[in-house]
Amino acid sequence: MAGPRNISVSEASRPVLPRHAKLKYDETRQVWVILAPERVLAPDEIAVEVLQLCNGERNVGDVADLLAAKYAAPRDAILTDVIAMLQDLADKGFLTEIREKTS
Amino acid sequence: MSEVLGHPPVASDSLAVLEKQRSTAETFGIPLAVLLEITHRCPLQCPYCSNPVELDRSGKELTTEEWKKVLSELAEIGVLQVHFSGGEPTARKDLVELVKHASDAGLYTNLITSAVLLTREKLGELADAGLCHVQISFQGVEEGLADRVAGYKNGHRKKLEVAKWTRELDLPLTVNAVMHRQNLHQLPDIIQMSLDLDADRLEVANVQYYGWALKNRAALMPTVAQLEECTRLVEDAREAHKGRLTIDYVVPDYYALRPKKCMGGWGRQFFNISPAGKVLPCHAAESITGLEFESVRSNHSIAWIWQNSEAFNRYRGTGWMKEPCKTCEFREIDFGGCRCQAFALTGDAANTDPACALSPLHETIFKQAEREAEGETSRFLYRNFAGGTLESENGA
Repeated sequence: MAGPRNISVSEASRPVLPRHAKLKYDETRQVWVILAPERVLAPDEIAVEVLQLCNGERNVGDVADLLAAKYAAPRDAILTDVIAMLQDLADKGFLTEIREKTS
Repeated sequence: MSEVLGHPPVASDSLAVLEKQRSTAETFGIPLAVLLEITHRCPLQCPYCSNPVELDRSGKELTTEEWKKVLSELAEIGVLQVHFSGGEPTARKDLVELVKHASDAGLYTNLITSAVLLTREKLGELADAGLCHVQISFQGVEEGLADRVAGYKNGHRKKLEVAKWTRELDLPLTVNAVMHRQNLHQLPDIIQMSLDLDADRLEVANVQYYGWALKNRAALMPTVAQLEECTRLVEDAREAHKGRLTIDYVVPDYYALRPKKCMGGWGRQFFNISPAGKVLPCHAAESITGLEFESVRSNHSIAWIWQNSEAFNRYRGTGWMKEPCKTCEFREIDFGGCRCQAFALTGDAANTDPACALSPLHETIFKQAEREAEGETSRFLYRNFAGGTLESENGA
């Protein structure tokens, strides 16, 4: 099902790419792309890594933990960057999130 | 994150193409997206149709197997997205099969449709086949005007229904609204309609005046005041609905001082394939007489046609230019505007597009458009295979 739109990314959110945004490696041009309705976005290396970690299970905090450990970098700075990148994607309409079912 | 594709200012109903903003086109790399006009058949008769005035009849259309071969070839050479368009693409009985073939080949598939022939079952089949996105054209917000513009009874009601099914099937929806003098007053309601339909994108596309639309210019040309209001409304709505509704905006170039960089420059970032299999630098290119376009039915590959064919190379770059383009400081910015418009209005595609203030014809054409916009003409010449039918006096 379609996830919610117009989301506000925080440490607790569990973002995922919606069905209509596809992360793909473009063999011809040797770059990662996000295919979206009538758009092709060019994510940078970090964005690709973050999006690959956003599997609907992990929240943004988990992603920041993993990246902080991997790059031995300050978690706060990473968290800020990750949220900014994901919010930018959300504002363009290419990000949704998994929410707990409410009655 | 950078966006490498956006919208070039293109024509009319249900036609949206992509353009690289930071182009690698100096090497004429294969375009990221290709428009497939799989048929010219369409139940609608919009007077601004982007199809050529000389339509391909169904007997000339590529077969299912030919289109499948084209799709495989496009994926192989590096195309990432295809737009199934027309005419009305759902008029082809093999559309589900073609979408499935494209998806299996790894292509991102967009459907650009008038929606009036779709059933819920058919839309479900398309979704199951891997369709990624649906774009539905709207001619207005209420059926009186919308059905009159389309020349098709009950079309508007059907479109609303199909838009609802699209979202129920979890497919992203684009509302394509083609704007002109007779419906620009409905723009605020069109924006609201897009929100109510839970659309992701809205294309506010002012008519571009060649082909059918040029024949109907006097009935369609907006006034300067209308256009200014339109721009203001789009800007406000973009801000108000950020993150909820993306709005793409195409202005009519008659009222601009600089011409549009049509198609991102001829043969630089775009091609489309006509129902009969011609590989074209622009959907209107066949209106330019004297150019020979190669077909996917020829012995040449699509990549070869893109790189080497005479038609693609004729207006590539700047070498073909005459004055005032030839020495103009903007020549690599707009590439002299639109070749089809230059041909339609001056008789020579190598002339400067009269939309440009530096064209000797600009003043004359601008004044004429202004006069037409203030005029009384509102009757349409409807698009059809018979060369057009004039709307009856009392509207029909």
